[in-house]
Amino acid sequence: MVKFETKGEVVTITLEGVLNGNEHFDIAAEALSNKKIQILGKDITSWNTDFVVTLFNLLKHISKNNITYLHLPEGMEQLLHLAFQTPYKEEENLPPSLPFLEHIGDLGIRFCRSFKKGGIFILDSISSWGRQLLGKAVYRSKDFWMILSDCGPKSILIVSLISFMVGLILAFVGAIQLKTFGAQIYVASLVTIGMTRIMGAIMTGVIMAGRTGASYAATIGTMQVNEELDALQTMGISRTDFLVLPRMNALILSMPILILLSDFMGILGGCFVCVLFWDIPLAEYVKYAVNSFFIKNFLVGVFHGIVFGFIIALCGCYFGVNCGRNADSVGTATTNAVVYAIVWMIVMTGLLTALFQVLGI
Amino acid sequence: MMKQDYIIRAENLSIGYDNKVIMRNLSFNIPKGDIFIIMGGSGCGKSTLLRTLTGLIPAQSGEIWIRNIDFIKARKREKLEIMKHSGILYQSGALFSSMTLAENVALPLQQYTKHSQDKIDKIVSFKLALVGLSGYENYYPSEISGGMRKRAGLARALALDPEIVYFDEPSAGLDPVSSRNLDDLILEVNKTLGTTIIVVTHELPSIFAIGKNSIFLDKTVKTISAKGNPNELLKNPPNEQVFEFLTRGVKHEKRTK
Repeated sequence: MVKFETKGEVVTITLEGVLNGNEHFDIAAEALSNKKIQILGKDITSWNTDFVVTLFNLLKHISKNNITYLHLPEGMEQLLHLAFQTPYKEEENLPPSLPFLEHIGDLGIRFCRSFKKGGIFILDSISSWGRQLLGKAVYRSKDFWMILSDCGPKSILIVSLISFMVGLILAFVGAIQLKTFGAQIYVASLVTIGMTRIMGAIMTGVIMAGRTGASYAATIGTMQVNEELDALQTMGISRTDFLVLPRMNALILSMPILILLSDFMGILGGCFVCVLFWDIPLAEYVKYAVNSFFIKNFLVGVFHGIVFGFIIALCGCYFGVNCGRNADSVGTATTNAVVYAIVWMIVMTGLLTALFQVLGI
Repeated sequence: MMKQDYIIRAENLSIGYDNKVIMRNLSFNIPKGDIFIIMGGSGCGKSTLLRTLTGLIPAQSGEIWIRNIDFIKARKREKLEIMKHSGILYQSGALFSSMTLAENVALPLQQYTKHSQDKIDKIVSFKLALVGLSGYENYYPSEISGGMRKRAGLARALALDPEIVYFDEPSAGLDPVSSRNLDDLILEVNKTLGTTIIVVTHELPSIFAIGKNSIFLDKTVKTISAKGNPNELLKNPPNEQVFEFLTRGVKHEKRTK
């Protein structure tokens, strides 16, 4: 049982009997503020920590100097002393939110700053090729071959599988429409042109953004957490030359080869559908596919791939280098690297498609 | 002591991140060959001061002179020259995980010298032997213990025979014996190579064992509140905060009882 008795500036809290935390206090915490509290407990028969928790929450805004304990069980008094040793930190008033126009302005300034930061990073990355040509870039060729092996040969299986399935889907979807005109043989042309011109490049780009771009961001982000980037900086070694350059080179070299593989596997996937489901003879499919293969389309796809390789490497490295210093930031950097790489790849595809249309390619 | 006898001088230095000032009006001189401790409670700005002294973050105001060069206004080439004469052992060791210990130690040599690979290999073996890691050349950082990683980090920091070596919390994460061994290694490096050692730490045994000079960064006043030999500061503490820190939290009232 808990009794409250107020005499002037002193509130006496008398504790009696069994105290198990289910007690109801018929006084509000606000009524106790700025009062001297006296806690009497000579008639307590048993108590538990639930009761101490309840009592603490009633008194937590009161300074320890204003509380006196009389005849409390030893453990309870020690617990309360510990709990009240530091004053309760009152919640700070949050600064008022910015007015709407200031908020827009603030967003604009932040956007400009991040745009400038990204621009400087891109220019520095491009100029690292110049330093490489002049033999002034410090990076280890061993790192380059390791990264190349990781983003090239080790990506073959997943690129093959996804491209085969995309070719298969294109063939199914295309054939359903073309069959209504009795022209399902043109599925071979549809798949060949679609894969070589753009689909091979886009699918490879998306796979590499998820696989390699994320890995770049996570690796460099973890280096940031482990202070390895600081170590590079204080050794006077350019992060761009040491980390970004080999990754950019590896991805830009890998992409055309992976796109070639992707194109082939896509056409193979189309062939699988045509021969097995639409009764098109293999020789017919091959003939139409070869006739629809234009080197111009293939080169357009490869060009897209090189641009995508550059974008994926830059996004991965940029978010890795600008990662925070905790595990959560590495996750955020990885997500951003993939999302931004895919968004910029699609934006660039739109721009390049329009450009090639204007140029008549 | 003449000005040129100080390898590092800081005058009215303010440090912090973005627009937030963490410490202000920091003025101190570090003589050549000193073991200089930057101490203070958690979150007081010790590591921020180290990051400022090593050029990782810009100073907000004031001056830093390293080897009689104005470090804040120095051109890139002058800064590289200062970096060449400085080594840093980071809290985590900061070894490059994709490289072996030998490759880690060789990196600054490849960056700043024109030695042949054969000579670099010999220097690397010697530096690793100095820190007690002879024969560990081909190990990766993930294959050795935390204490060994710190020692390997020290070998990398010593690769170019620097005049100054900075240590960021060298005892963090080490058991007492490894921590003591690292302290002994710091003393040996200072004694045999004459290297100026700057240590950021709040480990009392290390502070008293190796510190010749020190500054105490006080969070409450946002500046240096004590300077001098740590053992002397313990005997004659200039203020309550320093006494409490150096006695592991003993309050002034208890001292005076």
